Amino acid sequence: MSEYSIIGKPTPNVDGPAKVTGEGQYTFDMTLPNMLYGKLLRSPYPHAKIISIDTSEAERLPGVKAIITGKDTPGGKWGLWRRFRELADQQALAMDKVRFIGDPLAAVAATTEEIAEEALDLIEVEYEQLPAVFNPLEAIKDDAPMVHDDFPNNINATRHIEWGDVDKGFKEADYVREDRYVLEAAHPCAMEVHNTLASYDKGTGRLTVWTSTGSPYFVQVNLAEALKIREGDVRVIKPHVGGHYGGKNSTMPDAVNAAILSMKTGRPVKIVFNRDEEFTTTEHRTGQHMALKIGLKKDGTIVAFEVKTITNGGAYTGLGATTLYLTGTFITMPYKIPNYRYDGVRAYTNIVWGTSIRGFGAVPGKFCRETQLDRAARDLGIDPLEIRRRNAVEPGYEAPGQYKFESCGIMPCIDKMQERIKTKWPKVGKDEGIGYSAFAYMSGGIFNWIHTPYAFSSAHIKVNIDGTVDLYSQAADVGQGHNTVAAMICAEELGIGIEDIRLHLGDTAHAYTDLGAWGSRETLMNGNAIKDAAAQVKDVLISIARLKLGENIAYDLVAKNKRIYLELRPERGFSYYDIVKDAIKANDGVPLTGTGHYTPHNKGMISPAYGMGIMATKAKVDRETGHVEVQDVLIVHDCGQVINPLGARGQVEGSVHMGLGYGLCEEMPMDQGMLLNPSFVDYKILRQRDMPPIETLEVPTYEPNGPFGAKEAAEATIAPAAPSMANAVFQACGAEFFSNVLKPEKVLNAVKEAEKKAKRTRKSTRKGTRKAK
Amino acid sequence: MKRELNIVVNGESHNLFVEPRTLLVQVIRGELGLTGTKQACDSSSCAACSVILDGKVVKSCSVLALQANGKEVLTVEGLADGVELHPIQQAYIDNWAFQCGFCTSGQIMATKALLDENPKPTRQEIRDALDGHICRCTGLNMIQEAVQDAAQRIQAQKSGKGA
Repeated sequence: MSEYSIIGKPTPNVDGPAKVTGEGQYTFDMTLPNMLYGKLLRSPYPHAKIISIDTSEAERLPGVKAIITGKDTPGGKWGLWRRFRELADQQALAMDKVRFIGDPLAAVAATTEEIAEEALDLIEVEYEQLPAVFNPLEAIKDDAPMVHDDFPNNINATRHIEWGDVDKGFKEADYVREDRYVLEAAHPCAMEVHNTLASYDKGTGRLTVWTSTGSPYFVQVNLAEALKIREGDVRVIKPHVGGHYGGKNSTMPDAVNAAILSMKTGRPVKIVFNRDEEFTTTEHRTGQHMALKIGLKKDGTIVAFEVKTITNGGAYTGLGATTLYLTGTFITMPYKIPNYRYDGVRAYTNIVWGTSIRGFGAVPGKFCRETQLDRAARDLGIDPLEIRRRNAVEPGYEAPGQYKFESCGIMPCIDKMQERIKTKWPKVGKDEGIGYSAFAYMSGGIFNWIHTPYAFSSAHIKVNIDGTVDLYSQAADVGQGHNTVAAMICAEELGIGIEDIRLHLGDTAHAYTDLGAWGSRETLMNGNAIKDAAAQVKDVLISIARLKLGENIAYDLVAKNKRIYLELRPERGFSYYDIVKDAIKANDGVPLTGTGHYTPHNKGMISPAYGMGIMATKAKVDRETGHVEVQDVLIVHDCGQVINPLGARGQVEGSVHMGLGYGLCEEMPMDQGMLLNPSFVDYKILRQRDMPPIETLEVPTYEPNGPFGAKEAAEATIAPAAPSMANAVFQACGAEFFSNVLKPEKVLNAVKEAEKKAKRTRKSTRKGTRKAK
Repeated sequence: MKRELNIVVNGESHNLFVEPRTLLVQVIRGELGLTGTKQACDSSSCAACSVILDGKVVKSCSVLALQANGKEVLTVEGLADGVELHPIQQAYIDNWAFQCGFCTSGQIMATKALLDENPKPTRQEIRDALDGHICRCTGLNMIQEAVQDAAQRIQAQKSGKGA
């Protein structure tokens, strides 16, 4: 493999100066002249019919410029599951009934935020409360209240996945165990709340929207549907985004109502959610029930696996149906499972809805599978790392009809883990344990629920006379560092420097479609599109240089270090900048352009490539208080060719932080549909003093589907954090967990249970009894 | 009734009239348009809005503007020396100590206050000083490294100037 000039070198964030000086503008920071402030009136009831809404008093309040209710909106329904219209279930404002506490039913635009808030208090609404349902197990019963009229038993989506012969597999197993789990919901808690600034141009009938999103394209198509206008009349611009984590995929009522209010008033309108609205009305990681049955041979190889889940979907779909499907696939990775069956149900309930939060589909399932596997390993007397090795997939492994691993470094990751542990943690103290969890995650999804007719990723470049490059794409940097990755890929392909690239990303008017930042897709998919665009220009430059050199046609030329030269005789060549000038002259003065795109074909159902690895957590449990101290973390990681080691490390460590939070303290307790902890005071996020050190070892592979061999590095490492920690506690004291969030009271109970179990075992051993098989 | 507010922000004097209930962050972001200072919680619990008030780091959402009357405020916009980034800012960039960047201004101002008071903090002292700052992106360790790096850069700068 050739040495790269830029790829693989630690590269500071190209957005660095903007973000450390405060100059970078987020939607949150933006205002326009003559701008109005919008606010939403939200339902206090989880399920109620709207009998009447009286806005007359609110309208008389000085400073109020517009008030709208459902009947004043264009009434278009939208959602990310556009391909299945019945699942496009969101609306700007509730028309006839509200479905969760916080469902919006009226919107106000006023000259100040305070006046808009005061106006909300003056709106009189008469409700007829309806019976509500909060638990998915209740929701699917025949007599449950219906959240949406067209969905009997509140079944929003179902998924069935099966390969091999599961029943036969269980018959062949030497050991079978079943475990049931309840997984808690968690909130993404982006620091920048959902907010949108919309400006409607009365003269042209066109709408411009600045919004905090991971996908300008999704917002564009959803707004067009909600407003019943053409996509081309909606321009969406993504400024800097203050955190996404999967919670900014859906188009939310901030964007749609800001747009409608701007269309009504002819003035720019901004809607900013407050933190309470962010917690109570924006999307979260779905709470769910899972049942796992696993069959293994005595040597620890898995022969059959069966998974059932029901998820607490909430009032609308979002990407919840995709999460349901991915739960069924990621729970198998990265293990060889010859016989597998999955059945998932997503139930509508009267709570805010769950969706595609970071590591979506992987996080709850991996908690269950990896903790179950440790129990199986204990019962079979196999080392926990060894049982993972025995089941780990190899390159080329295919899950029939579902997915295929091309690059696949899980085995070398496990080897390296074993080697590193010996020196890193030679001794484990009292009440301390080391827990493991393997993981794998997609590099962008293949599925097309958004039903786009466009390429999944596109990029366009323009090379100017001075050699600077303008790079255009709808791809989105949401903090993960894609702007830096995009510039690096473009620069590497053209053989120039990062400083030569000018980025114009995240604007629907400037570029062809890219589906945006979700499912760890930008590096591979947008990276491929950028590389494609740059390669087209590079070909032209090389042709010009070849012509000028007049060398043997069989000689290869390369573009590298700002020169274009003969590969075997590097002194024979030209400056990149000179060749660009010649090429533009030769092109009748037209700047050089390239348009690249990428859409995966024939790559299975999930993704063209998978990042993977294994994580170990060392933890200590306090048997008196139930406190779990996470002492240290080690990850061995295969994300293909690392593009930017700084960014990759940031993604890995950020994922671990959020994943440990999922395992230790993050939860969304509700009472009758009311969230009980909607603030950073009560919703616990791991702070500086809570975080262990993290060591990450990269085991690079070459991914043939990725740009320069790269694949996913953003989300995979969130899923193993909680199970590796729970397994560390299990190894320390035998405590078993059937739910995430290892809060002290839960740990104490589990420790007591484990102690009781140990006593029973000791007693029965003393008496000389043997449990019959 | 609006009251007079005399305040020095990033070295510039401002004479304003504000309602008594106005928060310092509202003056900074709204009246002065210095949007580098962020707000993220409504409950004084995330520290994204941290600024330095007469040498001490404060959450600007928890201080009334009038409490800052006659005082000096430093926000993230006032840190760089013209086009020259402050060593703390450069250290945050070089250590990838931010991702989305929304909490970064607050982290940087708290780092400034810490290093002004304690030029060579230990890792634990850094964790203690920044414990109140929520960051959802970085996993926090890389922030600790940036603060250590910044401390060294400032030391080097000082000794360089001294020589």
